[in-house]
Amino acid sequence: MDIHEYQAKEILNDYGVQTLPGGLAYSPEQAVYQAKEIGGDLWVVKAQIHSGARGKAGGIKVCKTEDEVEKAAEELLGKRLVTHQTGPAGKVCNRLYIESGADIQREIYLAFVLDRGKEQVAVIASAEGGMDIEEIAETNPDSIVREQVEPAVGMQSFQARRIACKLGIEKSMLSQAVTTIMGCYRAFTELDCNMVEINPLVITGDHRIIALDAKVSFDANALFRHPQIAELRDKTQEDPREMAASDRGLNYIGLDGNIGCLINGAGLAMGTMDMIQHAGGEPANFLDIGGGANPERVAKAFNLVLADEGVDAMLVNIFAGINRCDWIAEGVVEAVKNIDMKVPLVVRLSGTNVDKGMEIIKNSGLPIIMAYSLSEAAEKAVEAANEHAKKKGAN
Amino acid sequence: MAILITDKSRVIVQGFTGKIATFHAEDMMSYGTNIVGGTTPGRGGETHLGKPVFDTVKDAVDQEGADASIIFVPGPFAADAIMEAAEAGIKFCVAITDGIPAQDMIRVKRYMKAFSKESKMVLTGPNCAGSISPGKAMLGIMPSHIYTPGRVGVIGRSGTLGYEAAVQMADHGIGISTSIGIGGDPINGSAFIDHLKLFNDDPETDAILMIGEIGGPQEAEAAQWAKDNCSKPVIAYIAGLTAPKGRRMGHAGAIVSSSGESAAEKVEILRSCNVSVAVRPSDIGTTVADALKKA
Repeated sequence: MDIHEYQAKEILNDYGVQTLPGGLAYSPEQAVYQAKEIGGDLWVVKAQIHSGARGKAGGIKVCKTEDEVEKAAEELLGKRLVTHQTGPAGKVCNRLYIESGADIQREIYLAFVLDRGKEQVAVIASAEGGMDIEEIAETNPDSIVREQVEPAVGMQSFQARRIACKLGIEKSMLSQAVTTIMGCYRAFTELDCNMVEINPLVITGDHRIIALDAKVSFDANALFRHPQIAELRDKTQEDPREMAASDRGLNYIGLDGNIGCLINGAGLAMGTMDMIQHAGGEPANFLDIGGGANPERVAKAFNLVLADEGVDAMLVNIFAGINRCDWIAEGVVEAVKNIDMKVPLVVRLSGTNVDKGMEIIKNSGLPIIMAYSLSEAAEKAVEAANEHAKKKGAN
Repeated sequence: MAILITDKSRVIVQGFTGKIATFHAEDMMSYGTNIVGGTTPGRGGETHLGKPVFDTVKDAVDQEGADASIIFVPGPFAADAIMEAAEAGIKFCVAITDGIPAQDMIRVKRYMKAFSKESKMVLTGPNCAGSISPGKAMLGIMPSHIYTPGRVGVIGRSGTLGYEAAVQMADHGIGISTSIGIGGDPINGSAFIDHLKLFNDDPETDAILMIGEIGGPQEAEAAQWAKDNCSKPVIAYIAGLTAPKGRRMGHAGAIVSSSGESAAEKVEILRSCNVSVAVRPSDIGTTVADALKKA
């Protein structure tokens, strides 16, 4: 689960990480009020969306007067920002964070991630802040500093000192750096984070180490023990289809293709999507309806997939193990009868009682295209989608 | 012989009396799995499905000689259940549970490191469908009837993709020695490489199929090991060619977050290690058949 920058800063602040004075605004008036409260003559108006690279998308504005703050707020509120992390649909900015300006001397990159290979928390830092880590890895890989944390004892101060020294932080600021690094680590483990990224961490003219930006994401599997974190979820930042799916216990991810997918099992779903691409098509979504593919779930999943107007054909691929194909087939037939299907449907079933299942679909009299293998299913779906798209274009 | 699980395995079910555990325990028993009991804290002394219920795994090991376990305990409590099994002397543990916090798994793995090689438990999962030695025993929730006994070892992250592979192989008349589900989480109990080693030493296994997916470095590590050490043909399929970067494709671990983790990159690495790669998931059966012919 992702949260906003201002929320991340509030959390990290509690763990001893320094941030600049700032305040939240939902309107231009509030933005000006916050600027007044902060004082000074330099402010940064920052769009709060769940994405990095906001600066490049015009989501961060430096202002020198209250008028400029108001104008920036007017422009950003309600605006859809598109970054390379949001996808082409972008994300709408409903909240602004007004922050005091800073006299920046140096920018540093600092992140805490889960190292899957070593099964530990890893710290990644670089003296080249401001860019994202992929860019740093490409342009200046030697600048990257890494520390692994032994899980039995947690992060030790000497490790934080070593990072700070490698980053070339002045001796007078070492203890500040250690506090910052240890604080991030404690937040990471105590709150079950997937990632804590401060980019940039800056050193100011008055020798302070400050998190200028902060990105924190949490392990959804651990939210049960952090109700206060679960409350920070901002549903306006999520794809409405994905949200509707998760509320129904389905696992859906919207994509840009035109072949709607309904599959049981995450692996088979990915495999079927691969098959579609090999057949020359593009999947419109990932959808895993889970192990217990009962008729109600199938019906809900149909509605979800077909709500995407970009879908030109739908492919159902279900492996019935504990469930039987005849039962799944009945669910599919029932769902199709109750839905106004405007696009062609390809169904492939396999597993227990497959012959009976296919028989039920054949005898239903519904215009369902049947497929008997994975490759046949994908090819037929791509063909049907192309034909439907052509017809749609002709109208 | 198969690996890890045979008809001799003495199996307990952790979280025995729950609804889902009960359903699958009955299914496993009817397949021939030697289930000797189970645990549900607070219900020790009762009988369930005709088998004894214990309060602790240690009791089950002491009184029934249990050496394998399958865990259905819910996510928030599952890490504790795994560590209890490891400490009690269980040798092979299958964690079916989905939704265990990653940091709990880090703790579990660190805890298990403390045991000597001889007393260390092999853990598969979490978030897996289980393992089966066809014709012998099953520790899992798979549709057992699709698996035919044979001489190919299978290791996979995904349940349903494993079923697809089993059916495709059966269509070619190819059976399975043991199929191991390692699960779809970012931190697994054991990795491809661990089971590759076991299959390489198993006289009843002639070839090994790995079913991987996007995310993590495991497939590449296994392939590198196979290139240098494995005497048997290795076949692989990697799911998730169409997965966009940074999006979690169902499995908690199926996410491309750094270089080398995408399907295309993994396929390239596998090929460079002489692994036969099925490019399309529909080609898994034929790719295994071809590799066996060449061997």
